[in-house]
Amino acid sequence: MHEKILEMKNVNKKYGGVNALKNVDFSLKRGEIHCLVGENGSGKSTLIKIISGVVKPDPGAEIIINGEKVKHLNPRESVEKGIQVIYQDLSLFPNLTVAENVAISDYYRGNIKMVNQKEMYKKAIKAMKKIDISINPKKLVRELSVAQKQLVAISRVIATDAEILIMDEPTASLSKHEINELLNLIKSLQKQGLTVLFVSHKLDEIMSISQRVTILRDGNKIGTFDASELDDQKIAYYMTGKTFDQNEKRGTEKFGKKLLEIKDLCKKRNYMNINLELREGEILGIIGLIGSGRTELALSIFGMNSPDSGEIYVLGERVNLNSNYQAIRSGIAYVPEDRLNDGLFLAQPISTNIIASIMDRLVNKAKIFQEDKIKKVVNKWVHDIGIKTDDPENPVRTLSGGNQQKTVIAKWLATTPKVLILDNPTVGVDIAAKHGIYNIIKELASEKLGIILISDEVPEVYHNADRILIMKKGRIINEVFPDEITEAELQEMVIGGEINV
Amino acid sequence: MSSLFKRNEFYLGLIILCLVIFLSITTNSFLTIENLLELFTSYSFLGIMAAGMLVVLISGGLDLSFTATATISQYIMATTIIKYGGNLFIAFLIGAGIGIALGLLNGLLVHYIKVHPMIITIATLNLFKGLLMFFSKGKWIYNFPLWFSEPYDIMVFKNSEGYIYPISLPLFIFIVVLIVTGFLLKYTILGRKIYAMGGNKEAARRMGFNLFALTLFVYGYMGFLAGIGSVAHALMVQTVAPNAIIGKELDVIAAVVLGGASLLGGSGTVIGTFLGIAMVAIISNAVILLGIPSYWYMIFLGAIIITSVSITAYNYKLNMRKEAEIDVA
Repeated sequence: MHEKILEMKNVNKKYGGVNALKNVDFSLKRGEIHCLVGENGSGKSTLIKIISGVVKPDPGAEIIINGEKVKHLNPRESVEKGIQVIYQDLSLFPNLTVAENVAISDYYRGNIKMVNQKEMYKKAIKAMKKIDISINPKKLVRELSVAQKQLVAISRVIATDAEILIMDEPTASLSKHEINELLNLIKSLQKQGLTVLFVSHKLDEIMSISQRVTILRDGNKIGTFDASELDDQKIAYYMTGKTFDQNEKRGTEKFGKKLLEIKDLCKKRNYMNINLELREGEILGIIGLIGSGRTELALSIFGMNSPDSGEIYVLGERVNLNSNYQAIRSGIAYVPEDRLNDGLFLAQPISTNIIASIMDRLVNKAKIFQEDKIKKVVNKWVHDIGIKTDDPENPVRTLSGGNQQKTVIAKWLATTPKVLILDNPTVGVDIAAKHGIYNIIKELASEKLGIILISDEVPEVYHNADRILIMKKGRIINEVFPDEITEAELQEMVIGGEINV
Repeated sequence: MSSLFKRNEFYLGLIILCLVIFLSITTNSFLTIENLLELFTSYSFLGIMAAGMLVVLISGGLDLSFTATATISQYIMATTIIKYGGNLFIAFLIGAGIGIALGLLNGLLVHYIKVHPMIITIATLNLFKGLLMFFSKGKWIYNFPLWFSEPYDIMVFKNSEGYIYPISLPLFIFIVVLIVTGFLLKYTILGRKIYAMGGNKEAARRMGFNLFALTLFVYGYMGFLAGIGSVAHALMVQTVAPNAIIGKELDVIAAVVLGGASLLGGSGTVIGTFLGIAMVAIISNAVILLGIPSYWYMIFLGAIIITSVSITAYNYKLNMRKEAEIDVA
């Protein structure tokens, strides 16, 4: 038994002219939970891919697994050495049963061989028992929730007798409650002797779970630290090379006219008796877990989820919002949570994305695009919002998560809205870009825009909103002002009472 | 039990049952062993190919060229046995061999070009069709050897009046193909890998499955069954013509999709495919027996496909809505 289950020395990887990894040394101690941290493009995924054998490092690198030097690591060999990766998309087969997904590694050998159904179910149930979960093994994976799917993916790793588990941002699409359960599960895996390499953007997760943290920046290893030596500020600094002031509070602003008023809005199985007000220049935070009705409410305000009853007023005028077209005309804009699917045309240029919702304003009388006008609009927003790109004609998918999110925001600001709804705007965005987005939000508010900031991250709402509504089970259960309570108290209000559900 | 109502096959079976009841009341000749055997015999070659299409669709692929593959197999098979003689086994061997070769070509192109298989197989459909016309000059072939024209009945029933009902070779092959394909898909590792590839190709790649081999197998199997089906067809009609099978590709795909296979890959069953073919056969039979103009066949088929697919889509939507519901206390 070697203390170091995995050791990598002198790892370089060049893609074309870009150094994705520069002279990186990395090691995993047997039985530890190790966090890998870095911004987008820092080389995290390249490092993972090298460990899993998908990408070959440049010559000169040394990889030692269990004390044994490995010459050419390929995916198959990596698996045989007990390394398993759970990718962000989980790599499950939605059309197959839970049992089949868990036991699928049995399909490696033989083609004409019969599948031993009994053996398969046994194996799957055994693996699930080991991590103390019970999901009906006959269910199709397609019918499971995201959190359950994650558990199936973990069970699959358990079923292969893996020694090293690599998890690539496993918490990205989970709610707070589910994240806590997942983190506890990972800790229990560690007790069973598994070594875990955990990739995350979220600082609180990193702090709560890991023993050691390796930080990468621009392909360089900044260092490997004991988790106890680090705090949020330090991690953020090592990741970006810049310091951030978490507590950039806005002064008590004077809010203007009432922009949006909602009275007794109800929709069956979505939300109940919603009343709220939003004024010019105000940032209204709405915090709630997935399933609290927050997104359903936001969609109703944006005309995409017609309420059963209740009234919506924009600038004192009663409006009926039965389509997003009507909402846009009333001056409401909505930045969706799932920007990749709902917010962007990934293959299209940045410019096209920015003008996507105002195309009808950029045509002449013959309904033909006025290129000069388009250019002006695009350049203005790329500059004002600070989208980092050499050319706005590049496809959006070439941008990092943070810049993609800025593009979505730019698209909606181009409609010159009065009310901007942001649904979890910093999901999957790294720390530096996160602060960039917070600054944009505050700036917009100071330009008299009314902003509804929906989130399940307590610090995000606490540090940015002027007033906070807490949603639970489709109702607004409380209204608080961040200067009157502490962050911990707010956290308690959001999570509390959730245990008995 | 509740899962039964979610299944496409259940609704399809229900519609077929209604049709059967309706037709046995309104006509005297529909629900006779004679009519049904004849009906299924005449659809057996399409059924054989539908089994191949099912496998292709489950894998996430598509093949529009199999009718051209079948016709080429038919021509080569027919000219060879006319010129050199042989027996039934050799006829099937030639048909299957040519089918597999052309199928593998499709598989190669699909894997290496990495363009949607619809585009690739439209291209090979045209390629095969053009080459066929060039070499055959569009001639029909009638003069099969005597041994090819004998009826090959596998089983013979007699009723009380001594009347004979044969289960013909094509129908027998159709049944065997359904059983083999069903077994392959459900119980072999190869079959489960094909489902896995159709469900999530990237995940299958990461699992280390050999996608190239799987793709080759899937299109090769389609070609194999196109070849077998084409010989069955020739046995049945005793002619080979350039336009006898070409043009039926959409009917086959419609029957398979009607049977619950998804064009997106990952789902479909042999029972569903059988029901799909049965549905298509029964509607065409109904139109003849009821003596209504034959374009009603197309109208009925279109309407039934839309209805069946809507029911599936509606069920799916209901499930999704159940998940999205929030427990408003």
